[in-house]
Amino acid sequence: MTIRGRHLLGIEHLGPDEINSILDLADDYARLNRSRSKRSTALASLTQINMFFENSTRTQASFEIAGKRLGADVMNMSMQASSIKKGETLVDTALTLNAMHPDLLIVRHPHSGAVDLLAQKVNCAVLNAGDGKHEHPTQALLDALTIRRAKGRLHRLNIAICGDISHSRVARSNIMLLGKMENRIRLIGPPTLMPSQISEFGVEVYDDMNEGLKDVDVVMMLRLQKERMDGGFIPSEREFYHRYGLDAEKLALAKDDAIVMHPGPMNRGVEIDGTLADDINRSVIQEQVEMGVAVRMAAMDLLARNLKNSRAETGVMV
Amino acid sequence: MTKKLLTNARLIDPENGTDSLGAILIADGMIEAVYDVAVPDVSGPEVVDCRGKCLAPGIVDIGVKVSEPGERHKESFKSAGLAAATGGVTTIVTRPDTLPAIDTPEVLEFVRRRANEATDVRIIPMAALTKGRDGGEMTEIGFLQDAGAIAFTDCDRVVENTKVFSRALTYARSLDALVIGHVQEPILSKDAAVTSGKFASLRGLPSVSSMAERIGLDRDIALVEMTGAKYHVDQITTARALPALKRAKANGLDITAGISIHHLTLNELDVADYRTFFKVKPPLRSEDDRIAMVEAIADGTLDIISSMHTPQDEESKRLPFEQAASGAVALETLLPAALRLVHSEQVDLPTLFRALSLNPSKRLGLDTGRLTADAPADLILFDDGAPFVMDRTTLKSKSKNTPFDGQRMQGKVLGTWVAGTRIYER
Repeated sequence: MTIRGRHLLGIEHLGPDEINSILDLADDYARLNRSRSKRSTALASLTQINMFFENSTRTQASFEIAGKRLGADVMNMSMQASSIKKGETLVDTALTLNAMHPDLLIVRHPHSGAVDLLAQKVNCAVLNAGDGKHEHPTQALLDALTIRRAKGRLHRLNIAICGDISHSRVARSNIMLLGKMENRIRLIGPPTLMPSQISEFGVEVYDDMNEGLKDVDVVMMLRLQKERMDGGFIPSEREFYHRYGLDAEKLALAKDDAIVMHPGPMNRGVEIDGTLADDINRSVIQEQVEMGVAVRMAAMDLLARNLKNSRAETGVMV
Repeated sequence: MTKKLLTNARLIDPENGTDSLGAILIADGMIEAVYDVAVPDVSGPEVVDCRGKCLAPGIVDIGVKVSEPGERHKESFKSAGLAAATGGVTTIVTRPDTLPAIDTPEVLEFVRRRANEATDVRIIPMAALTKGRDGGEMTEIGFLQDAGAIAFTDCDRVVENTKVFSRALTYARSLDALVIGHVQEPILSKDAAVTSGKFASLRGLPSVSSMAERIGLDRDIALVEMTGAKYHVDQITTARALPALKRAKANGLDITAGISIHHLTLNELDVADYRTFFKVKPPLRSEDDRIAMVEAIADGTLDIISSMHTPQDEESKRLPFEQAASGAVALETLLPAALRLVHSEQVDLPTLFRALSLNPSKRLGLDTGRLTADAPADLILFDDGAPFVMDRTTLKSKSKNTPFDGQRMQGKVLGTWVAGTRIYER
């Protein structure tokens, strides 16, 4: 059970075997998290720093809990409030932190590629917690684990990803992961919220939700990223809800046992009907949150193993 | 001044489209005579044996950013001059996008004085078309022209206000002044870091459709038709813009177009994992576009190749891709990069120098760029096949932001002459 890289920067760099490794280990951690003790020592004596250059409550909390359950010393840095405001560049911030010898850096940044840049400059393992519109690998992994547990498999499923695809790093990472695991992916949304030439990624693109949802096994809703909108991508929230919001009527077009997912935080009544989101027979949204902690524990555990191995090989603290 | 005879040279003559052995006699800074293989009596003048290497008119590079005034730590006239001489560029036509912009005769005077003190390469300044390059009011085009401005441009900023732009074009026409524009639909291209497409979607970067260039070009062609101005497009980089350009030329408008060396030799995929040295303006295009542009150079639809030399320090490049500054240095890599088109047999040497030397000279009304008697003796001697691996730390430019770092290239400049004086020797 291993992954090959020193960092986890995106799904793009992972092979199917590595994805399975993370999910298998995450299954174990999911069991641990439901047990009474919830404790492991996988990250004992390691230092984990959460650097969030962009607001996040849920993801940051998830990483913090994951690190603490594995015995790491966890520190949260709210980067918006600190040095960036004083004009320090990302690379300088990275070098400063690097000098404190952290072992795991968990980074979220509003610009695509910023986490890659940072990873080139530090000696520890870097885990991408979301960079711009690029990737959010642990979200895709937790979605995959949730699907695998609900459906019993992670291949040959019809999966619809719906809503604001173009501003979504969650969508990009999911398209890559679910594609690598050989699923059929449908993207559903207004053409103004589709990335250009997205059909070349081996997905089917629909602008009619009623057509796109037919016979799917999984309906993955995305948050309508209001804060990212310049304005003018869609006529109005209510028209968006009418055409692309998930309600019981539209869901009826999917398979009878189709599950409903959402990465959160939800805009009830914009992209998803509130009652549907709470329907424990269809919605796995709470399970996604639970699997989030397990997947992050697994990913950090595997990165820490690589880190320890490379240190053992070189005999130096790197 | 003694006469000089450059013998045994492979003469690259863009005017006649020939590539043949011969010799050139230099006297008083000018080419006195061009001989074919049968060289007359060689006693008397100082003789330089070119050993069968290529001798071509020096490159005239329109659109070089020398960061004076304002950011001399990025590039000074001295360092730019050294880089140019090393790269076979004998005339630098400088951009006015400095700090402050070159938009008054006084600033232009400063620039000319600094340039003359610092380097032997010919330096000819351009001036801004609008004050502060803000697109609001036209500059003193007449005074600036008297002070030596050879063309007027707001560089990579589009004059968004069509009324302001049309008046500036009309006024420039009365002075027979050349206006150089950047064609982009400004709202569509705002904040874009890459060209829309599969790669942009994969990387999640803000992007602009290649169609924004055509929209910009269409507007400017209409304005040229309306005003009768003399107009040059700094860079055409997309296949979809070419038909409009061809039509405008066929209709007799006084319009020409250029392209940067980077858009001829690199494509959008070179950005790879967010490599900011490949961030240029406009962004790199698809491979299909690149191939179309090479063909447009070969068939003459595109007139001029330039370096678009844009020095940036490490700090402005070592940032997330969206925030990183645009531009690349290219004075020293222009020729070896352009020779890639020759080695791939898409363009021959005389055609290449038509775009590097002859056409820019003609467009600016200069008598350089030719290999004929009575032309200035601005010459470069180069070995078109000499291989090397580009090492950016060896660049003479103060800034080292070249996208060709670590790449295998061919073509070394062996000597550079300006007005008959050798200013560079390898």
